[in-house]
Amino acid sequence: MADHGVEGYNNSGVSTQLVGDFLEVPHERPWRYEEDGLTVTRGSAWSGPGCHDGCGVLLYTDKDGKLVKCEGDPENPYNRGRLCVRCLDVPEVTYHKDRLLYPMKRDPKDRGKDKWERISWEEAIDLVADTFLEIKEKYGAESVVFGQGTGRDIAAYITRLCWSFGSPNYVLFLSGCACYLPRVAGMAATAGSFWVADCSQQFPDRYDNPQYKVPETMFIWGNYPLRANSDGFYGHWVVDLMKRGMEVVMIDPKVTWLSTHSKIHLAIRPGTDAALALGFLNVIINEDLYDHDFVDKWTYGFDQLKERVQDYPPAKVAEITWIPEEKIVAAARLLASSKPATMQWGVAVDMTKEALPASQAIAACFQITGNVDVPGGIIAPPEILNYAGGWGRELCPEETWKKRIGLDMYPLLNFGFQIAQPDELRHTMVTGEPYKIHATWLQQNNTLSCMSADPQETYAGLMNCDFNVSVDLFMTPTIMATSDVVLPAATFPERNGLRLGDGVQRGEVINKVCQVGECKSDMEINLLLGKRFNPEAWPWENVDEMFSAMLEAQTPFSFDDVREKGPIYLPFSYKRYETGRLRADGQPGFGTPTGRIELYSTFYDNAGMDPLPYFEEPVPGPNSTPELLEEYPLVLTTGARPWSLFHSEHRQVERMRNLKKEANVYMNAATASKYGLVEGDWVWVENVYGRCKSKVVVTNIYQDPRVIACDHAWWHPEGDPEKLFDTHDLNVNNLLPGIPGKAGFGSNYKTTLVKLYKVTPEDGTNGPFKGGEEGGKSQALDGKGVAAIQDLVDQRNQLVEDVKAIKEAMAEAARQA
Amino acid sequence: MQTPTELNARTEAKFGMLVDYQWCTGCHSCEIACQMEHGMPVGQSGILVHDMGHWPLEEGGDEWQFGYLPVPNSVCDTCAHRRSLGKMPTCVQHCQAQCIEFGPIDEMAQKAKAHKDYVLFALGA
Repeated sequence: MADHGVEGYNNSGVSTQLVGDFLEVPHERPWRYEEDGLTVTRGSAWSGPGCHDGCGVLLYTDKDGKLVKCEGDPENPYNRGRLCVRCLDVPEVTYHKDRLLYPMKRDPKDRGKDKWERISWEEAIDLVADTFLEIKEKYGAESVVFGQGTGRDIAAYITRLCWSFGSPNYVLFLSGCACYLPRVAGMAATAGSFWVADCSQQFPDRYDNPQYKVPETMFIWGNYPLRANSDGFYGHWVVDLMKRGMEVVMIDPKVTWLSTHSKIHLAIRPGTDAALALGFLNVIINEDLYDHDFVDKWTYGFDQLKERVQDYPPAKVAEITWIPEEKIVAAARLLASSKPATMQWGVAVDMTKEALPASQAIAACFQITGNVDVPGGIIAPPEILNYAGGWGRELCPEETWKKRIGLDMYPLLNFGFQIAQPDELRHTMVTGEPYKIHATWLQQNNTLSCMSADPQETYAGLMNCDFNVSVDLFMTPTIMATSDVVLPAATFPERNGLRLGDGVQRGEVINKVCQVGECKSDMEINLLLGKRFNPEAWPWENVDEMFSAMLEAQTPFSFDDVREKGPIYLPFSYKRYETGRLRADGQPGFGTPTGRIELYSTFYDNAGMDPLPYFEEPVPGPNSTPELLEEYPLVLTTGARPWSLFHSEHRQVERMRNLKKEANVYMNAATASKYGLVEGDWVWVENVYGRCKSKVVVTNIYQDPRVIACDHAWWHPEGDPEKLFDTHDLNVNNLLPGIPGKAGFGSNYKTTLVKLYKVTPEDGTNGPFKGGEEGGKSQALDGKGVAAIQDLVDQRNQLVEDVKAIKEAMAEAARQA
Repeated sequence: MQTPTELNARTEAKFGMLVDYQWCTGCHSCEIACQMEHGMPVGQSGILVHDMGHWPLEEGGDEWQFGYLPVPNSVCDTCAHRRSLGKMPTCVQHCQAQCIEFGPIDEMAQKAKAHKDYVLFALGA
């Protein structure tokens, strides 16, 4: 697999070699068959509508070719016939009356107004291709940004589209790339690849596989897998394993079904996960509970780590995390004594500003206890397509590649996803520094409702562009506010595809069974446009040919083969660091410069970063900005997923909305009473940056009266389109400034300080977004008169200055030479 | 569709739905699977997940009453048509925690003795 970027580093995010047998799952029937007057089509499901999984489904269509039902496929080992509510309800999404059905354009002067004009696909593709190519000609390819929403079946194709167009600026408008990417980049840099919990998902016979061992304890850290189903991890595997005797340690600020069924629940103060992990390491190392043999043979920098963790005695960690000391010690001992222990980590780790040291510390807990690449421990997922590396990086010319926004400030952007730094890009779109962004291509990316921190700044940046194109399933606030062309995307039953995404990959296809309006799949749209941008990079006649090419690069199978035989399981073995299958060069060890797991990171060290894990107090926070506590006394966390909604999706889907009706703020009775609030009250949740409206839920699942929580990504599809479906009032991201971690990764999405007050008729809205200079004022660059906040602003500005000085010095040296 | 009289008639129990509610996570898959199988309007279903309450057994303690229970109602037709095709009732198949079993009432009653936290629902045809 190609390796791009820093020489000697495996920066692709994946390095497992596929050596051995591909295993198939026996099927009783062909991939398409008749049952009870309906046609049944077997395949995989992948967003949109949204999800991070790839469950096996049976899609039922009637004689008119209409999708009437979606069921789980009992033959598929991934979900074993089960499904969550969102897939069961997919026919309602596919045939929803509000679906975008054909391409539309709007005069840029009418942005924000519901004045769309239907156009043909031919006109749409011509318009987009011609305009983008004209902008490229005039201003350079880098002036076009390609952005996608959360991880879904888009990353491979949009990266190829972006890079084959010649732009280095592929992005997710998520501050600090704070979902999955920090862990991927951090793990690639320090341990050679990403690591996931071993739930036997790599074996067709699953828990019965003779090589497999049920973990003794799973640490669930920073996600609620039963609802979140993140990163290719089917959440209810946790329950499967609990039934087989696995214990759980739940690290979560709130009480849940899982926490009450866990051996230990650590109700952590949001944003302090790194401190907890360092506390665990302190206990494990000082009590000599680590795996000496593994540490000696396969890790680098243990002595330095040992020294570092002395700064985090359990008593101190208890004060930081608000978790009783004895529970921290008990959990650390349990981690060390569990053979094996595993971790299912999630987005809360990324959604802390210093996400890299946090993930480094958490991973170290499992590395030094010998749980790496062992049955029931943590495994590097086998892959067909290097999902985390994008597809076709070599297509972007080197000269333009160097212009990627943020790359000079944050060298770690060379690891994992090859992405522009989202916060710097947000500023660039407003300031035009170091160059102006002229156009955007947003694929299933409702960034003004969901991803973007400081949505006001993002809005101003998008409005600065000459030309914005969106691809989506439904009209969204982002499209209504800022797009000039919108292209209608297909849901998964309307398209063919591959489920080559995050987590353990398998050979599996998504099968088209129906057609709605003129919708086209994301891949087909990318192929059509790619052919116009760079025909050599898109040589395939159709998407099926393209899929075969992707499969055949790593396997002996074509798209049709996989359709018949899939899911096909990839070769897998344990302890691949002993056999050379974790490194591109086939040598034993891990894909790092030292060949060892780097507890002390040589890359971080070379990049001028702290090579060892550490904890930094979140800002604003009770310890970092005590002066704010009087006005903003509550710690707010955000973004927990409900059963039926995926980020900003599903709000218009009746069955799903019925299970989760409104944007809520959750607090316990003591907190509600203190503020004179009762269940159902609408309140403003406000911090130093901004505010959002939420409806009060009084609940004892937040036991600590200092902690409250808000839902994320809200808008009202039933609302006025020209008021952007109320998203500017409802979006909790109004409170989040978008300040990334020191490495450009991580951002505090899940912790801030707020106050609450009732919404009144006189004070019931934030009003419209603002454009122009006033609208573009960045929250991230405003010190708000608070010392700790100003420090962060100064740090970023210093970094900009440093980079400028280095560049000037290099230019001067070049002149002299 | 059965008439209200038929629905409420005290016919003999033939089948049992056995729920091991220790494992019900409250995910609602049974409800939506039932709605979709039978084409029911939003909010209606032949099985509904009930909140069994959530409170700490001791103030500030980690032991909680916290659980859910799926309960079939009078609209449940035991997926008779679906079963005639050799398939499980849709709620049983799609239950993510796999905590619902279905079978002849005697067999299910026998199984229910295995341990506590089983709830057995007696169902007609």
